[in-house]
Amino acid sequence: MTTPLRTLLMASALAFASPALSQATGPNGEALAEDQTFTYRVLDEHSSVDPQIVEDVSGSEIVRDLFEGLYNQDADGNLVPGVAVSHTVSDDKLTYTFTLRPEAVWSDGKPVTAGDFVYAWQRLADPETASPYQWFVEVMGLKNAGPVMAGEMPVTDLGVSATDDHTLVVTLENPLPYFPLTTTHASTFPAPKWVIDEFGADWIKPEHIVSNGAYVLTEHVPQERSVRERNEAYWDNAGTVVDKVVALVINDENVALTRFLAGELDRTEIPTGQYPKLKEEYPDEAVVFPRLCSYYYTINVSDSAPEFLKDVRVRQALSYAVDRDTVVEKVTQEGQFPAYTFTPAATAGFEVPTVPYGTWTQDERNTKAVELMAEAGYGTDNPLDITLLYNTDEGHKKVAIAISQMWKQTLGVNVTLENQEWKTFLEERGNQNYEVARAGWCGDYNEASTFLDLVQSGSGYNDAKYNNPEVDALLAEAKTMDDPQPNYTKVEEMIAEDMPIIPIYHYTEGYMMSPGIVGSWPTQNVEQNWYSKDLYKVATE
Amino acid sequence: MLSFIIRRMAVAIPTMLILIIASFYLMQFAPGGPFTSERPLPPQVLANIEAKYGLDEPTWKQLVNYVGGILTEFDFGPSYKYKDRSVNDIIAQGFPVTLTYGTISFVLAIVIGGILGIAAAIRQNTWLDYFAVGITIGAQVLPNFVMAPILILIFTLWLGWLPGGGWNGGQWQYVVMPVIALSTSYMASVARLTRSSMLEVLRSNFIRTARAKGLPNRTIIWRHALKPTLLPVVSYLGPAFVLMVTGSFIVDSIFSTGGVGYFYVNAAFNRDYAVMMGLTILLGSMTILFNMVVDILYAWIDPKIRL
Amino acid sequence: MTNVTLNPQQPRTAEMAARMDEVKGRSLWADARARFLRNKAAMVSIFVLALVVLFAFFGQHLSAFDNETIDWDVLGNVEVLGKPSLANGHYFGFDESGRDLYTRVVQGTRVSLMVGVIGAAIAVIVGTTYGAVAGFVGGRVDSIMMRFVDIALSIPYMFVLILLLVVFGRSIGMLFVGIGLTAWLDMSRIVRGQTLSIKNKEYIEAAVATGVPWFIIIHRHVVPNLMGVVVVYATLLVPQMILTESFISFLGLGVQEPLTSWGALISEGVSTMNYGMLWQLFIPLGFFVVSIFAFFFIGDGLRDALDPKDR
Repeated sequence: MTTPLRTLLMASALAFASPALSQATGPNGEALAEDQTFTYRVLDEHSSVDPQIVEDVSGSEIVRDLFEGLYNQDADGNLVPGVAVSHTVSDDKLTYTFTLRPEAVWSDGKPVTAGDFVYAWQRLADPETASPYQWFVEVMGLKNAGPVMAGEMPVTDLGVSATDDHTLVVTLENPLPYFPLTTTHASTFPAPKWVIDEFGADWIKPEHIVSNGAYVLTEHVPQERSVRERNEAYWDNAGTVVDKVVALVINDENVALTRFLAGELDRTEIPTGQYPKLKEEYPDEAVVFPRLCSYYYTINVSDSAPEFLKDVRVRQALSYAVDRDTVVEKVTQEGQFPAYTFTPAATAGFEVPTVPYGTWTQDERNTKAVELMAEAGYGTDNPLDITLLYNTDEGHKKVAIAISQMWKQTLGVNVTLENQEWKTFLEERGNQNYEVARAGWCGDYNEASTFLDLVQSGSGYNDAKYNNPEVDALLAEAKTMDDPQPNYTKVEEMIAEDMPIIPIYHYTEGYMMSPGIVGSWPTQNVEQNWYSKDLYKVATE
Repeated sequence: MLSFIIRRMAVAIPTMLILIIASFYLMQFAPGGPFTSERPLPPQVLANIEAKYGLDEPTWKQLVNYVGGILTEFDFGPSYKYKDRSVNDIIAQGFPVTLTYGTISFVLAIVIGGILGIAAAIRQNTWLDYFAVGITIGAQVLPNFVMAPILILIFTLWLGWLPGGGWNGGQWQYVVMPVIALSTSYMASVARLTRSSMLEVLRSNFIRTARAKGLPNRTIIWRHALKPTLLPVVSYLGPAFVLMVTGSFIVDSIFSTGGVGYFYVNAAFNRDYAVMMGLTILLGSMTILFNMVVDILYAWIDPKIRL
Repeated sequence: MTNVTLNPQQPRTAEMAARMDEVKGRSLWADARARFLRNKAAMVSIFVLALVVLFAFFGQHLSAFDNETIDWDVLGNVEVLGKPSLANGHYFGFDESGRDLYTRVVQGTRVSLMVGVIGAAIAVIVGTTYGAVAGFVGGRVDSIMMRFVDIALSIPYMFVLILLLVVFGRSIGMLFVGIGLTAWLDMSRIVRGQTLSIKNKEYIEAAVATGVPWFIIIHRHVVPNLMGVVVVYATLLVPQMILTESFISFLGLGVQEPLTSWGALISEGVSTMNYGMLWQLFIPLGFFVVSIFAFFFIGDGLRDALDPKDR
């Protein structure tokens, strides 16, 4: 937990001294392109642009541009001042006092005040709002979050208040070292009470919306496009380069790629398995970088699970027989990292532990896997039948096909592949109505507990229903430790031993990006919290 | 005819009601709900959301509230997935889109398909027939999920003539590819149905009689043969028209037109009940309406058919 | 005279028609067969379709590979190493996952032919019966039957499919149920429309007047006069059924990997066509197109052959 805090202080010191950017050159003196419009593809329509309602990635990207919270992230994921210029922490570490910048104004000219944050956070916690991220006030550890969420206390009792227009005081239930990190989350962004009061649920429509970020929403055609344009009232308008950001909804990734190649887009995703070819053809455009996500198969070890899955030897054998190198080199082909442990190496302050089977060669793993299966009583004369569940998706399908063949060819296991549409899949997996199922997890914040908490017996996301009191104890202890790494290492080792999940790889993100925008894209930000105001388009050719 | 329309309208009400009730219950039984997500919501949060949308009530009561909302305020409810929008918003924005490209496609399908079909029938077993049949089969066998990306490849990437997607308020450049992708297979169906129906009509006795009387071929075709030829084509076109103007999932999703065709499938995946209901009611009322129109056309085509 | 009496549209009386049908029934079909055999396009199509069927059921014996085993050396570099080749026995090359495409096409053809034929058969049998009864009986029965079709056309099909999956689980059988559910609806409306017109013809009125039971009238007089449009429309349905299958399978209800179908192969081909693996699109698409052509010509041939007025 110390690392983020330190980087925060460092970043605050640098304070992004508002480099006076002229329109002609970028921060490093590059010649800028004439047309500063950034057009990117999104897979699906965003859920909302209301900061307290938004729940999806593409919506949050828009909200981060339209609204500005206390802090922002820089290209490396470190905190930099947003509406808040700095904060102080009380000695008991329970009270945070933020100083807001006086020059920040809303797009209608009203000043951004501490009251706007108080209103927004109360709104987030209010059961009436019915925010899907209501629980975030608990993650932030705000005082009285629980009772307020349950409607047992008025929202005014929430641990946030304004002493004056530019001083925001936050009171926590317990010390939470990473509290400042949570203020970059979209649900903590301020909301304009007067607009919401006037227009109700329609306040986020382009004709009504008032926002305090670098951009304002100017157009929204559902399932086609949304457009945000420079907010002239934004306090750092002079430092903002990109004038206009257009998000185009394109469901089909291959069509999106065609349109990218036709010059209609500045950014689109690389379809599964096509990176090497695209990199060869378009070396300047194809980019990959690590993400804070883990791809794994979860094994049903609940009480209702079939007996053979309760046999640790079978689980180990299944895991050993997965040739991760082949999966990442020949199937996904985007520079993903073969995974033998759950938490990605990209996680801040996390040291990936060495687990024994991770150091073996694949041949050794296969040999061992065959032995284990034989010990468990399965072989060619008595083959094991397993069903592998995945949700309908080209990428998941390719991985499942490859792994099912590895199991079949190495272990003689008969694998039945079963795909389901998303909601059915979630329901079946969540009810332990499966044997082995695909899963993926992206960190909510950049710290190992966001991953490892998944194997806690009480976690709502523990679809394996893995239950190991020792793991639970280690994770509980880690919450208050100054350096939780030893506990994390132990937990990872226990996962590798019990194998309730089969880690497969740690994600990368692969984009095709126009060469002009590549340079300013925050590829080092593993959470991919990007801000259009930090981008700039360099003139090419 | 007026009494027929009144009678049909009277039947339409219980029909719609059955459709609404059946669809409403059907959706409840599907696994998962609108708020099922990879990260399950804490029970408290889920309860808030369900309370906000009235989903905590028993199903019958939700149904009563829903129908009540439609009847009193013409309010089709909120989208549970796209929380910025109501179902009214989605239909108001998406239906004009599909109505536009659907109607254009429909007209093209009838005109081109009809002409090809008639030409093929009149000149049966000549090069014209083979040509027309060849074209229509060619148009029919290329699935639109193959054709649509290829169109984009050709017209957007290679030729650079047309934008690769979007709607832009219905500017013609944006309408061309959706119309091509949607209309070809309908056009082919119309042509084939017309051809076979025309062949049948041309061999019937009243046409032979007309021929025997020495009427010119043109008069026979247009004055006498065309009307009865239309009968099966019209039967086909009733539901086809409804499907075309309510949009195609493939067209909307590949060309990002923002039409309701996309939402029709997407809402099912998202368990976005209210959107699904709104679109079902749209589709249902159009189906009922246009099947009535088809029945009226029957009486016009063949006056012996009693309404 | 023979011509006229053979034509069910023009019997002098219903008894006469019935008797003539009995006496000359065989020759009507024999006539049709003779006409069909003379139709060159249809005969070529039958031959082509027979080849496709042979391919579907025996094609795997020509290959040393199966449809699920991955060639790990090819995987990841299919564009270069996975091209169709007679030399290495992978006649159609590899699919995107490094599996032999030839055997996958063989097996996919099997599934898709079945789906197309069974789907069309359901449409023809159920749709024709339903539509003919509704149109012929008319009145309130017709109204109720057709409003049911209206409802079935509008009910959210996706939910029906998802529910089928939940209640009955997945299997190839459920695939046919899923396809059959909608296949007959349009057919029934078309047939009903035709029937409304046919039932006002003099010969039907005569049959009714002389007390021939309604189901016999439908069977003897209505249905034969419907065959032309039914056959043509059925051939239109075949490609639709085959493509619907890939959508149903996408929902998890139909065939599952490693099994495949034309629809699935074609859509995989579409997704890789930008990356130089065109054979993955054109081979399955070619099979699909050729077979649909064959179905169409056979349909037209049947229509011409069955046309009671055609000589």
